[in-house]
Amino acid sequence: MSIWLIPAIILIILVTATAKRVPAYEVFVEGSKEGIQIAISLLPYLLGMMVSIAIFQASGAMDAFLHLFKPLTAVFNIPEQILPLAMIRPISGTAALSMTTELIRTFGPDSLIGQMASVMQGSTDTTLYIITVYFGAVGIKKMGDALKVGLLADLVGIIASIIIVLILFS
Amino acid sequence: MVNVIWVVLAVSGIVYAAFNGTMEQVNKAIFETIDESILITMSLLGVLVFWLGLMKIAEEAGLLKGLAKLFNPLVRRLFPEIPADDPAIGYILSNMTANIFGLGNAATPMGLKAMKELKRLSGGSTEASRSMITLLAINTSSLTIVPTTVIAIRMKYESVEPTTIIGPTILATLISTTAAILIDRYFYYRRRRLGRIL
Repeated sequence: MSIWLIPAIILIILVTATAKRVPAYEVFVEGSKEGIQIAISLLPYLLGMMVSIAIFQASGAMDAFLHLFKPLTAVFNIPEQILPLAMIRPISGTAALSMTTELIRTFGPDSLIGQMASVMQGSTDTTLYIITVYFGAVGIKKMGDALKVGLLADLVGIIASIIIVLILFS
Repeated sequence: MVNVIWVVLAVSGIVYAAFNGTMEQVNKAIFETIDESILITMSLLGVLVFWLGLMKIAEEAGLLKGLAKLFNPLVRRLFPEIPADDPAIGYILSNMTANIFGLGNAATPMGLKAMKELKRLSGGSTEASRSMITLLAINTSSLTIVPTTVIAIRMKYESVEPTTIIGPTILATLISTTAAILIDRYFYYRRRRLGRIL
């Protein structure tokens, strides 16, 4: 079904436009140009943020930082292997995806940890990346409460993932 | 706050590397990441050019207005500051729809265009408006119904039932998105109470 979705959207847009006598190709080119400008103005924000995260990760500081929080898992009675993923999910999309893959590979996709990692990965997004890209593209400097709102929502999503999987699969 | 996070991540990484002999990895990571960010920007450039062109046709053909009309009650509640009939609404809805169907590479261009329209509405200010924060909150909490990437990984490692996680994922997404909207509201009213908004 999904392979039909995008071609169908294109078809609907082009047929409707032609029926309404919109000069489709000219309008396409005109609208496209805006994309170039958005992508270019995005680069400094994206590059800056990615390099900073990469330094943190490659130095080993990230692992050491995550290790500090291990005792928490015993308190809440959740598998300790899941915690690093929970903490990295809002910060780095690629790191989270490789952690999810690693957890699924090590413990099996149908294990409690595998299910938890799957649901966690699927139900939240990389807040820091989204803020960087969305605000970077339009040059927002003062982001107000955006980061707080995003991170708190991630926290709720991660706790919800853990509880839902514990109830359904254990 | 982002300034602090940015500096702390880099500085703590460099200091940690100094004491743990990982400076070589740090050096390598810096230059690899620079290349990687260019690659990401380039692939974003492609989808941005494609989708913004296509969506401009949809806008001129009145399709975005139609979409906005259809979901008017929802948008009015979520984004009370946006005037009815504004093109921003069409882009916000396209962004949400693409997210729900897991069309990640379409969702980002529409979200960015929506941000641009919202910036126009806030008079070009470099400060995030209420609607911008709401749009961001909805995007960060993810709206995906079918997590295709995760299902693909599960299949690769021979899951007996790769799709069992769809139900729990939808439930968790529903909870995190609801939480995002409520938390966003809470902070908005707090800002207003503190007199930071006129």
